[in-house]
Amino acid sequence: MLRLEARPAPSTLMRYTAPLIALAITVVFGTFLFLALGKSPLAGLKVFFITPLDNLRGVSEVALKMIPLLLCSLGLAICYRSNIWNIGAEGQLVVGGITAGGVALLASPDSARAYFLLVLLAGILGGMAWASITAFLRDRFNANEILVSLMLSYVGGLLLLYLVNGPWKDPKGFNFPYSKTFEAVAMVPKLLPGTRLTWGIVIALLALIAVWIFVARSKAGFRLQVTGHAPLAARFAGFSAREGIWVSLLISGALAGLAGALEVAGPLGQLTPQFSTGYGFAAIIVAWLGRLHPGGCLFAAFIMALIYIGGELSQSRLGLPAAITGVFQGMLLLSLLTADTFIHYRLRRS
Amino acid sequence: MTDIVPRLDLKGISKRYPGVLANDNVSLSVAPGEIHGLIGENGAGKSTLMKIVYGAARADSGEMRWNGERVQVASPAQARKLGIGMVFQNFSLFDTLTVVENVALALPGSTPRAQLAQDIEAMGRRYGLPVDPGQHVYSLSVGERQRVEIIRCLLQQPSLLIMDEPTSVLTPQAVEKLFVTLHQLSAEGVAILYISHKLEEVRSICSRATVLRGGKVTGVCDPRAETIASLSRLMIGAEPPRATGEARTAGDPLLVIDRLSMPPLERTGKTLHSISLSVCKGEVVGIAGVSGNGQNELLALISGEDARAPAASIRIVPTDIGALPVVARRALGLAFVPEERLGRGAVPLMGLDLNTLLTHDKGLTRHGLISRDAITRLAHRIIDEFEVKAAGTAAPAKSLSGGNLQKFIVGRELVKNPQVLVVSQPTWGVDVGAASQIRQAIVALRDAGSAVLVVSEELEELFEICDALYVIANGRLSARIATRDATVAQIGELMGGSGMPEAEHAAA
Repeated sequence: MLRLEARPAPSTLMRYTAPLIALAITVVFGTFLFLALGKSPLAGLKVFFITPLDNLRGVSEVALKMIPLLLCSLGLAICYRSNIWNIGAEGQLVVGGITAGGVALLASPDSARAYFLLVLLAGILGGMAWASITAFLRDRFNANEILVSLMLSYVGGLLLLYLVNGPWKDPKGFNFPYSKTFEAVAMVPKLLPGTRLTWGIVIALLALIAVWIFVARSKAGFRLQVTGHAPLAARFAGFSAREGIWVSLLISGALAGLAGALEVAGPLGQLTPQFSTGYGFAAIIVAWLGRLHPGGCLFAAFIMALIYIGGELSQSRLGLPAAITGVFQGMLLLSLLTADTFIHYRLRRS
Repeated sequence: MTDIVPRLDLKGISKRYPGVLANDNVSLSVAPGEIHGLIGENGAGKSTLMKIVYGAARADSGEMRWNGERVQVASPAQARKLGIGMVFQNFSLFDTLTVVENVALALPGSTPRAQLAQDIEAMGRRYGLPVDPGQHVYSLSVGERQRVEIIRCLLQQPSLLIMDEPTSVLTPQAVEKLFVTLHQLSAEGVAILYISHKLEEVRSICSRATVLRGGKVTGVCDPRAETIASLSRLMIGAEPPRATGEARTAGDPLLVIDRLSMPPLERTGKTLHSISLSVCKGEVVGIAGVSGNGQNELLALISGEDARAPAASIRIVPTDIGALPVVARRALGLAFVPEERLGRGAVPLMGLDLNTLLTHDKGLTRHGLISRDAITRLAHRIIDEFEVKAAGTAAPAKSLSGGNLQKFIVGRELVKNPQVLVVSQPTWGVDVGAASQIRQAIVALRDAGSAVLVVSEELEELFEICDALYVIANGRLSARIATRDATVAQIGELMGGSGMPEAEHAAA
């Protein structure tokens, strides 16, 4: 029988190469998948990994997808480093989109150009508010944050459905479940003319730097990680476990909410029932693939965005089903978790 | 005894672990129907010996005879097949399953549940161990859980029953009931090996006892014919050397605890009963006692990790600190070295430099940002001054040996020149060189005028560095004893829980 045996000293080098190995396994797996579907693997992989990047429009679309993935994963990395298992970035993103959309709908054509900042702020606060429900229940009743945050994601999705089908439905929208389109002043300015890419990518990169400093250099970030790594040491040092819960969830909620706002007030310009195509969940993979490190999250968000765009392209160009994106994402996470297991354990025959 | 074939006969058992000889040529024999005590301090080698008997560890040399025949026990399953049953100190029951389900899991073969439930009840009636087979384990008291463990063992009809510190979690009433059961088993011919460090208990129930100290047998005796004092001398050793102290004059009391009573935070903890102590400037005061008698609960209340105490019950004169958080107590000059180094005293995966931030703040951060230079310098200074062997200031705490990490953690507190230092098990598991270095540092801090409180299981250490001693047993603290007037017998008796006037009331 085979069994797993703990390695005495897990290799640091392997820890950082594991994401690359996982990516390679995913590519190999993709090759077989394309073969099984009767497509040329070369053409398939090209559509996934090359085509999106061979023109400016494609690059801008990848960058656009990176915005929510990067923002959500940065927040999740902070949570996971604090041992807070926030699975609900999706819900925080959706509610951030809702509050941002609500404020955007209040704009009039003659509001100031800076009005979009208000929209972003609303998104941040919305995400924080949604995350604070999880924080409160965990803090006050020791409720499991995995379940609470996950369930709240569905509640957030249903809230959005209610709004776009009910009070916020565009009266001139032929009964489609969409809100009115936002006024131009409520929208995030474009970064590149002729593309859909907004200043959101710059905001996301600034957030990356801020999170990097917070995690690596700030005392508050240090306290958070001690409460996560070694709760007894945190108690010994006098760092509050409650602070760990609240700060990590609020930061994570804020970043996810900001991501939601940048999405609705960016490429979409209105609230739609499925404005988030699971960015909050995909960001969990991004955070792990990025080794919970802000720099790693940037790399991982890029890969994940590529898979999103590649998945869309393979639908139109190769006639593959939409599920292909999910299959690739899942394969990537599964390979990574497997690789991680073998960093800490080795197989032994017994 | 010689005409009876012993049920279990161990001869010349030795077992070496890296760096320590856990069992050194140990021999022991138990006759059928005998209740045999195995006594010794923590770390004396009792657990290792029992693991060998139960097949959970293999001896390096020596032989084991079972009913006169030489056997090699390779696994606990084989031990059970021979007829050896063991009741562990930490229960191995699944909380979410019922009693009968737990028992079924441990038994070989498959007995129908209803039949098994009847067996459990019958066994319970026979030995005075009533349990409801259908009840979930999480709803049982500690005493009831132990009954389940014992019944589970008895259902396999053992002819040798090993009880590992069975009374450490029981109330005095439950202890009495347990003893009745054990006597009944012994009358039926079951041999019982009773592991304990509670000498009173061993004297009241065992007809013979083997004493271990430092892995060696230091005596085999009839405990009923011994006194607590003579037993503790076997267990602890000769009178240790005293600190050559001319009577030094200590200053005013600095750390004062006044009639502190407190129920434990965790269900398995000890309740503290009216604890009073004082530590003066320029003196080292020790608290002796077997661990698990309330030391951890008391230390957490002093350090502030548990801040439930009434404000005035703990003071760093003149401030009431009982209800202050950890950081505020530290600001008043209190430093604490906990017993657990990895995970409490230090974050295992973080570097020594970052680990300084656990108890230092001043000068290490600016505008909320950590100054890399400052923490590196501080870590460097601790490493230099206390001769810590580490791969550098960024070496993870986990990579250091126990002794070196302890030097670092003690050093981290001492470089602050704390007014009050509280240390738990300062040299536990530390090699001889590092241990004497740590003791010297503690004494130097005292000579500089600080108040030091040391909690330790090692009497020799306490006798060496302390000016005065207290003994903690079962959540109660003895009166203060000047070290130069103390004897090992006296301390040992107090450690066993006798001689504390209040304690006897509670047991009655």
